[in-house]
Amino acid sequence: MWQVVLFNVTNGLIIGAFYVLMALGLSLILNLSNVINFAHGNFLALGGYLAYMLSPTLGYWGALLVSPLLTALLGVAVERLMIRRIYNRDPVYSLLLTFGLAFVIQDACRFIWGPNGLPMGLPDMLAQPITPDLFFITWYRVFMVTIVIVTVVGLFAFLRYTRIGLRIRAGTFDLETVATLGVNVRNLRTFNFAVGCLLAGLSGVLAAGQIGLNPNMGDDLLMPSFIAIIVGGVGSLIGTLCGGLLIGMAAALTTVFYPAASEAVIYGILMAVLLIRPRGLLGEEGMFS
Amino acid sequence: MSSFLARAKSHFPQGQDLLTLVAIWTVLITVPFWLPLLGGYTALASKVLVFGLAAMGLNLLLGFTGVLSFGHAAYFGLGAYGAGLTLRYLVHSTPLAMLAGVLLGGLAGTLFGMLIVRRRGVYFAMCTIAFGQLWYYLAYSWNDFTGGFDGLRDFHREPIGFSRFTFDITQGETRFYFFSLAIFAAAVGLMGLLLRSPFGRTLVAIRENERRARFLGIPVERHVWMSFSISCFIAALAGTLYALLNNFADPLTLHYSLSGYFVVMTVIGGMRTFWGPLVGAALFVMLQDYISSMTVNWMSFIGVIFILVVLFFPRGLLGMRRRTAT
Repeated sequence: MWQVVLFNVTNGLIIGAFYVLMALGLSLILNLSNVINFAHGNFLALGGYLAYMLSPTLGYWGALLVSPLLTALLGVAVERLMIRRIYNRDPVYSLLLTFGLAFVIQDACRFIWGPNGLPMGLPDMLAQPITPDLFFITWYRVFMVTIVIVTVVGLFAFLRYTRIGLRIRAGTFDLETVATLGVNVRNLRTFNFAVGCLLAGLSGVLAAGQIGLNPNMGDDLLMPSFIAIIVGGVGSLIGTLCGGLLIGMAAALTTVFYPAASEAVIYGILMAVLLIRPRGLLGEEGMFS
Repeated sequence: MSSFLARAKSHFPQGQDLLTLVAIWTVLITVPFWLPLLGGYTALASKVLVFGLAAMGLNLLLGFTGVLSFGHAAYFGLGAYGAGLTLRYLVHSTPLAMLAGVLLGGLAGTLFGMLIVRRRGVYFAMCTIAFGQLWYYLAYSWNDFTGGFDGLRDFHREPIGFSRFTFDITQGETRFYFFSLAIFAAAVGLMGLLLRSPFGRTLVAIRENERRARFLGIPVERHVWMSFSISCFIAALAGTLYALLNNFADPLTLHYSLSGYFVVMTVIGGMRTFWGPLVGAALFVMLQDYISSMTVNWMSFIGVIFILVVLFFPRGLLGMRRRTAT
């Protein structure tokens, strides 16, 4: 029994880690640009596929490094060409735009790499279980969680201690004032969008090693990420972090006792938060209301 | 008497509006007779009608109240499942099934609306998307009851009326089309009356300047909630028709993709116009039907349509006309 629980706890940790990476990227873009990026899950898939394509030449480690950067670059292109044009318009347009983009990217992935799942090769050392006793915990799982922790700590340090990070945080609260103070808000938003896509790309590479590749691999992560943001509180990245971990763990622990309800639990948490604390666990009062 | 006549006259549509009205109803009434000649089929026209009704319901919220819901598929799908489940498990009666579906979808929307009326903009949209997906997962995973991924089958629409006054909508697509058209006309007439009433004007006032409306003492939250609720009821009504049309309820009718389709139909036709969503639905449904019969990569085309509409055509077809008219 303890093995089952432990298995699901590590599962929850890993699922939660993916929710966190996805939701942090979405949250960054939402906070600064007021855009819900429906295509975020597709940027994740792109990151995975790029790694799949690059790993024969660059090796796994090279692909792990380069493919998120390429995803971010694609994000820059998308932001400059399309999303930038709709910043000052009704939010319905940004939703429709990223929604259409999601369709296009997903179909492009299917067209280029085929509709069927592809396996992502891992270095031998990562594919081993850590001990024969804990056969279900491979080094890869440990590795994934480590990478996510390092990335999240890095992101928060970046936002806390660098000038650009400060501007992003300030822009979340009052972009107009930030612009008046002479900051180039256009570039700031592009950069911020790219960071969001970088996180999506990184989760794509990591997810590919765990579940393999398919054109709609990001879709299942999108909804929980939205919920993580709402539960954590819109406008608060720490909230998003907590929200992601919370629903990841809740879903995994429910799987131990009643697998069919693992999705329902996520929605239960959402409803409870909307009922009891509508601004979210760590959300600011008055934001987006 | 004369003042009544004057009032009636001032309410009666004139000029371009009258022309639009006559054109739309002429097309709607005659379409089953000429669409097959153009290579279409009557069920396609029914589909346009059903999606058009849902999009017009959404537009009450989106275009006239200025509140963005990206989860209307949930209420549409709940309507479909409500009707389907009633027909399959409870009674073999079309009107009762429709009533059950409308109540299920409408009340779910009304209850959920209460939780989120204080939210605005993208946050409101995000809540509606997330909550909408709940129903998708429910239909998807409650296999025994809802048919799961394969959808709900084994039910079919029943003739309406009793004994001599029976209208058999089970046979022939045209009969069902006219049945849908009658329901459509009633719902759309109701919406038209609603939008001309003080309530409808208040909604537009909230859209135009929420803060000002609030200062004038208008209970904004209650109005947004009512608007959300009414539009959910209409989406659910359209959903029941959709289940009856196909004799099938599909979990994809609950998926947020369909919510996106409703929104794009509304935008293509023109968000701030009354008939825009219907025109948008007609264009979108025909295009989708055509493209998906031509290529497996139809998703790209639909996605490109979304992007092009947003970037180059944000006012929509009827919205463009309105601008040139003024």
